[in-house]
Amino acid sequence: MAAFKKFWKNANFRLKFGLIVTIFFFILGFIVYYIPHINPFTFSTYDKGLGASGAHPLGTTSQGQDVFWLLIEAIHNSLAIGLIVAAIGTVVGVFVGLLSGFAGGALDRTLMIITDTFVVIPSLPILILMTSLMKGNATVILMALTLAMFAWAWPSRQIRSMSLTIKERDFIHTARFSGEGTVQIVVTEILPYALTWSLSNFMNATLSAIGSESSLAVLGLSPGNLVSLGNMINWARQYNAIFNKQWLWIGSPIVATVILFIGLFMLITGYNDYLSMKRGR
Amino acid sequence: MKFKTFFLQRVLAWALTIWIGVTFIFFIPRMFPSSPVESMIAQMTSRMGNLQPEQVQALQKQLSIQFGLEGSLWEQYVSFLWNGLLHFDFGPSLMSYPEPVGNIIGTYLPYTLFLSLFSTLVAWLLGNFIGLLAGFRKNARSSKILEGIAICIYPIPYFLVALVLQILFCFVWRVFPLQANIKLSADFATWFGSLVWASILPAISLLLLGTGWWIISMKSLAGTTAEEDFVMFARYRGLSEATIGRSYVLRNSILTQITALAMSLGGVFGGSIMTEIIFGYPGVGTLIQNAILQADYNMILGTITISIVAISTATLIVDLVYPFIDPRIRYS
Repeated sequence: MAAFKKFWKNANFRLKFGLIVTIFFFILGFIVYYIPHINPFTFSTYDKGLGASGAHPLGTTSQGQDVFWLLIEAIHNSLAIGLIVAAIGTVVGVFVGLLSGFAGGALDRTLMIITDTFVVIPSLPILILMTSLMKGNATVILMALTLAMFAWAWPSRQIRSMSLTIKERDFIHTARFSGEGTVQIVVTEILPYALTWSLSNFMNATLSAIGSESSLAVLGLSPGNLVSLGNMINWARQYNAIFNKQWLWIGSPIVATVILFIGLFMLITGYNDYLSMKRGR
Repeated sequence: MKFKTFFLQRVLAWALTIWIGVTFIFFIPRMFPSSPVESMIAQMTSRMGNLQPEQVQALQKQLSIQFGLEGSLWEQYVSFLWNGLLHFDFGPSLMSYPEPVGNIIGTYLPYTLFLSLFSTLVAWLLGNFIGLLAGFRKNARSSKILEGIAICIYPIPYFLVALVLQILFCFVWRVFPLQANIKLSADFATWFGSLVWASILPAISLLLLGTGWWIISMKSLAGTTAEEDFVMFARYRGLSEATIGRSYVLRNSILTQITALAMSLGGVFGGSIMTEIIFGYPGVGTLIQNAILQADYNMILGTITISIVAISTATLIVDLVYPFIDPRIRYS
């Protein structure tokens, strides 16, 4: 608790704001989500197109679904996809980056050519190709794996250049001369460095994965039975929520996405500033 | 290093990126269990009732040829590289049969290039200009407000900004028509007028996001540069703030921004695809969406190959311009 108090005192405004927003969304997505409720995806559970009321805080859809619980489910799934993708991307990225930075030589050059290609290649068209082949039949895991294909390249590039500079530092030489093997050096000396940076990258990857998923959803390429923020917006558009002025239905996922993204982004930039401040700049 | 070596290296990296990307999109569809030929035949039988087995077989053969699925994997790969990559020949489009895919993309691509290049360039110039001013006067109230606005717009996905603008300007205030309407067959003035009218909202939504990012990154770059010793020295020499800003801070921070521009082009392209789809702007994005809806695989492959080539080429151009702007790191 004392450590947290100290952290909170030193944290800048963006970090605090971002943290509060992010925690709020995690509570919605992972705690409120488990309050027992009727599966929001089933059609005609309630009367159609109701306005906001005590029973339905955000009204119901023209399919008779409760918008509030649909939104909670969407937040849960979008966050889950984002976290899975970011986890895979970060683990693979750190591994490839460290391998490349420490192996050097031909392996390093080959890995970096592939990494550089994945950094500049336009990911959205390729994601469109892959998901259009799955034709909306993809499972959540398959979707996450597909998105993860483009999440590892950037961290691996960064980790490689980081490990190249750390490699030459004195304490690494000391460790080597005292008989530590390469694997041990990587795990005990380099990884702690890489991890603080990876945390910022992890959040970034979460953000961009949720963004990609919702872009694909608007194209109708996200799994059809997956209640995600993007799919919710897409469904509202498909069922003419805009024409019928059902602003709560179309508006709530839009507002939720916008706030979540601003919160996550503030968390990332705030965290980076906090880190550089801690390093004494 | 000589310019020639530098040039050759970059061109090699460019060719390699395209080759890896295209190889990737060649093999992905072939790894999936669902074959476009089977789904096409299934579509036809559901539309026209049951076909005779001989008809199905003939159809299968015919479609295999058109999808480039004839012969061994290696033959298919070589012919895909030869016809597709080198001649932009992706076979006939299935949604507007028998028009070749290459021709259709040729009509739509200029619209996308116009929209995305224009908005990228304007966003880059505008964002860097504002970011420089804001970074130079880091603690002024106006620069903090500007940065705050940029931070609240930048992280929002492209399609959402487009969607919100569409709801506001097309539904609520009805300033613009719901779907872009470009008069393709009218005379030049009418065509151009309708093009500009249709491009306003898509361009604004691309500009909002792009400018936001350049403001944020330029502000932090210029802020750091402005605290360097040589800037302080310039102040002691009595140079005007305008000169310091232009020749000391700008020249040092713009280099990073040029590299960043090259790196961002892929993302901008993805963004302009999404923006086009929301507004129904007649570009590659709309083409891709129609191709997905009608399962036109030749078209999907063609648009994606051409996007990869276009983006890599744009990146190469920015890369090659770099040494002419940075006198220190010439040709390295």
